[in-house]
Amino acid sequence: MSIVDKGKEAVQGIAQAVVKKAVELAPGALLPGGRPDPLIRRQHGHIGKPVSRVDGPLKVRGAAPFAAEVALDGMVYAALAYSTIARGRIAAIDTALAEAAPGVVLVMTHRNAPRLNPPPRFLTGDKAAAGDDSPIMQDDRVRWNGQPVALVLADSQEQADHARSLIRVTYAEEPAATSLPTADGCEVGTFMGEPLRAVVGDADAAFAAAPNKVEAVYRTPRHNHNALELHAATLVWRGDELFVHDATQAVAHTAWSLAQIFGLEEAQVHVGSPFVGGGFGGKGLWPHQILAAAAARLAGRPVRIVLSREGVYRAVGGRSPTEQRVALGADADGRLTAIIHRGVTPKTRHSPMPEPFILPTQSAYAAETIALEVQTCYLDMVANTFMRAPGEAVGTVALECAIDELAERLGMDPIELRILNEPDKDPISGRPFSSRNIVAAYRAGAERFGWDRRNPVPRSRREGEWLVGMGCATATYPYHRMPGGAARITLDAAGRARIDAAAHEMGMGTATTHTQVAADRLGLPLEAVSVRYGDSSLPGVILAGGSQQTASVGLSVMMAHQELVGELLKLAGNDSPLAGLGVDEVESADAGLRKRDEPDRFESYASILARSGRSELAVESSAPMPLETMHWSMHSYGAMFCEVRVNAVTGETRVSRFLGSFDCGRIINPKTAASQFRGGIIMGLGLALMEETQFDERNGRIMTRNLSDYHLPVHLDVPEIDVIWTDIPDPHAPMGARGIGEIGITGTGAAVANAIHNATGRRVRDFPITLDKLL
Amino acid sequence: MGITVNGTAVELPDDPRVSLLDLLRDGLHLSGTKKGCDQGACGACTVLVDGQRILSCLALAVQYEGRSVTTIEGLGADGALHPLQQAFIEHDGFQCGYCTPGQICSAVAMIEELRRGVPSHLTVDLAAAAIPCSRDELRERMSGNLCRCGAHNGIMDAIATTYPAETHPGAAE
Repeated sequence: MSIVDKGKEAVQGIAQAVVKKAVELAPGALLPGGRPDPLIRRQHGHIGKPVSRVDGPLKVRGAAPFAAEVALDGMVYAALAYSTIARGRIAAIDTALAEAAPGVVLVMTHRNAPRLNPPPRFLTGDKAAAGDDSPIMQDDRVRWNGQPVALVLADSQEQADHARSLIRVTYAEEPAATSLPTADGCEVGTFMGEPLRAVVGDADAAFAAAPNKVEAVYRTPRHNHNALELHAATLVWRGDELFVHDATQAVAHTAWSLAQIFGLEEAQVHVGSPFVGGGFGGKGLWPHQILAAAAARLAGRPVRIVLSREGVYRAVGGRSPTEQRVALGADADGRLTAIIHRGVTPKTRHSPMPEPFILPTQSAYAAETIALEVQTCYLDMVANTFMRAPGEAVGTVALECAIDELAERLGMDPIELRILNEPDKDPISGRPFSSRNIVAAYRAGAERFGWDRRNPVPRSRREGEWLVGMGCATATYPYHRMPGGAARITLDAAGRARIDAAAHEMGMGTATTHTQVAADRLGLPLEAVSVRYGDSSLPGVILAGGSQQTASVGLSVMMAHQELVGELLKLAGNDSPLAGLGVDEVESADAGLRKRDEPDRFESYASILARSGRSELAVESSAPMPLETMHWSMHSYGAMFCEVRVNAVTGETRVSRFLGSFDCGRIINPKTAASQFRGGIIMGLGLALMEETQFDERNGRIMTRNLSDYHLPVHLDVPEIDVIWTDIPDPHAPMGARGIGEIGITGTGAAVANAIHNATGRRVRDFPITLDKLL
Repeated sequence: MGITVNGTAVELPDDPRVSLLDLLRDGLHLSGTKKGCDQGACGACTVLVDGQRILSCLALAVQYEGRSVTTIEGLGADGALHPLQQAFIEHDGFQCGYCTPGQICSAVAMIEELRRGVPSHLTVDLAAAAIPCSRDELRERMSGNLCRCGAHNGIMDAIATTYPAETHPGAAE
C-alpha cells in the first residue's frame, strides 16, 4: 500500500469515525426515537436532593474571592469620568490639574489611549461579548450621556477619585435622539438574526369580527440589573499576555473579544471569574474592562477598576422601556380568535437587540390568528442589554394582564380561560412541545393557594382600610442550549473525578448542582467529585445566560462520560472482569464500571487506573449542536399566584402571599432551585411595584443612579414565597431539566397587577404600580 | 493609638479620606466586607463597631481610632463558623454571596438591639419592656441590607432559627 493509499485510508477512517460519532452522539438523548438521558430515570441518586451549596462556607465567611478582591503587586486604582451630553464632540479636555494631583500615574483620554479594534458586539460571533460595539476612547465623539471620556490611574482609590474630579471637559453638543418622538429611525427589530414579527392568518380582521374583545396599551419602564457587586476587574499585562480577574457571565467570550480588541491571539488573554456577585444579564464585556486593560498597558502597571454605583448606570446598559398594545378577540365560549401583540421599544445602533417582548406570546395560546411585532426606534443612550428574561419579563406583563381583562369581560375564571386556550402544539412553529404541563401546574397551584376563595368581583374584600385581592398569571421562558458546550472529566488514581468547564457561578449553585449531576453520572459519592469553572482556559464556550448553563454543562459531561467509559474499557484490558464488554453493555456505579445486566462483573476506576499504571485519565468532549430545539418547542412554565393588600387610604400595595407553581422538568437541587425561583419572583415584585430607571428625555441622562432612588424590594417588601413544581422530567433535555434561572421574573408582574385589579377594581397598565396610580 | 480590627491593632491610614471600608478591603485585605454602593444605601459593607452595626462605607477610618471593629472574618471563634453563618448555609440565605457578610453582621447586631429593647419603625408600643418580634418586625430591622438575588426568605429563616428566644417563633407567621 502506497503512502497515498495509506493516507486515503486514514482519511476515510477519520471520516467514518466522524459520521459514526455524529450518529452516536446526535440521536443519543435528545432526538426523535433517541434514548433519553439515563439519569432522567435514576430516582435514588444525588439529583433531587436538597444539597447545601458546596461553596457556602466560603461565601458566609466572605472568603469567596470576587474580581475586586485580588491584590497584585504594584497595582494602581482606576476612576472614570463620564460625559454629560448625549451626542456631540469633546471640544476640549483639560487634564493638567488631574495629572499634577498626588499619586496620579496616568490620565487617559481619546488623545493618548492605545488604538483599539471595535468591541465585537454580542451575538455577532460565537464568542462576541461586548454589550456595545462603539469605539471606546478612540475619537472625540460622544455617543451617549454617561460615556467614559477619561480614565485616571493613581496609587489609591481616593487619589484617583479626586484627580478625576479635576478633569474639565468642554463639549460641542449636537442634537440627540433621546425620546421616541425624536428617534433616529424605527424599524422591525431583529433578535438572534430573526425579525421580531410573526403572523398567522389575518389577526386584524379576526379581531374586528370577534364578539368578545379587549384591547389596551401596557407600558413598562427601563430597568437596571443592580447586582450588588459593582462591576470590577483586576488585570495585568505580562509581556503580551493579558490576565483579567473579571466579574463576568462569559469568560470564554470575554477572552476572545478582548483579544480581538487588542489585536492578540485568543490564547494571549486569560479571564478568570470564579465568583460573580450577581449578574442577571448585566455582567458582560463593557467599556470598563477594555479601558482598564488599555490603561494598564499604557502605564505598565496592574490595574484594579471598580465602577462606582453611578458608574454602573452610566457605562453598563439595562432593560429598555416598552410600549405594548395587546388586542385579544374571543368567541362566545372564550376561545381566542385573535392575538395581536405589537409595540415599540428603543435601542441604540450599537446594542445587540431590542427588548423582544413578543417572545412569550409566540408559544402561549392556541388562537386562530396571531400578529406579533416589535418595532424598535434608535436613541442616543447607553446601550440597552439583556436583563433577566429579556422579552418574557415584560412581555408577560402585557399579555397576561390582557388575558385577565378578557376573562373579566367574558365572566370566566382566568385560569379556566387559559386552560381552554391551551395549545396542543406550538402555535407559530407548529412543532410539538417537548413537555408542557402548565395545566397541572395551575391545578396544583390553585389548590395550594386557595384560589377558590377568590371573589371574582373586584373590590369585594375589605379588611379595615385594606382592600384584598388575588390574581394569577402564566410564567414562561424558553429552554435554551447554546452551541459551544464542552467539558473535561479527569479521574485520578484514587477514583475521584474533577469536572472542568468554562462555566460561571453567580448564585445559581453551579458547582453544587454539577457535583450532584456528575456524581450520579459517574457513580461516585459527592465527596469524590469536584467542579472547576470560571476560567477561560477551561473547555467550552458556555454563557451564563438564557438559563442554559446547566443544560450546556450537563450534556457536555454526559458526552465526556461516554468517551470516558470507552477509554476505561480500553485500559481495563483482558485481565478485567469487564474484558470484552462494549460501551453500551456497562454503566457507572459504585466508583467504577459494571455490566448492566450482570452487576458482579465490576471493576473500580481506581483499580483500572492502577492496573494500567495511570495516575489519571482525562477525557474532554463537546456537546452536539442543540438539535433538540429544532424538533420540539421547549419551554419552562409556571403558574403564578399573588395575594395583595392595597391600602384604601394611602394606595400602598403590600404583597401578602405569593405562590409559584412551576413545570421546568426535573429539579436537580430543590434547595438551590427554590432560591432561584424565589429570586426571580422577588425581582418580578420589584418590576410590578417599584423598579424604574428614570431617564431624562431632554438630555438622555439617567437620573436614578443609585440604590436610594432606584427602589429594589427590601426585606419588608418580601413575604414568605411558596414554590412548588411538577418535577416531570423533560425527555428531550439533559437530566430531564429545563432552565429555572429566569422564569421566576416572568408572569409575576401580571400576577401582581391582576391581584391589584381584583382588590381595587383599578386596572393599572403603566408599570411600576406605585401608590400614586391607585389613588 | 490605632483601630482594633478583629482583635488585632492596626494603624490608622495616612490619608484621612480613606473610609473604614477601604481600609479593610484595600489596606488590610479583609475583603469579606463588601462594597455594593459606597453610598450607604445597600448594607453590604456592614461591620460591627463595639458590637453595633455601622455602614463602613460612610465611616472615615480615622474617626474610629481606639474603637474595636469586628468584620465577618472575626465573627466565628477560632476559625469555626458562627452559628448564624452555619444557618445561612442550611437555609440557603444567599445565592451569589456578595451581600451575605453584611447581612450576617447586620443580623448579629440587630439581635442585640432587640435584646436591648430598641424599637423600630414598626414597633407599636415604644415603652414596652419586650418587643413582640413578628416576622415583619425582623424584616423591617433587616431592610437596610439589600439582596438582589432574592434570598430574603432564607435569610429570615436563618435568623429566626438561630435566635429563637429573641425572635419569638410563636409570633412568626
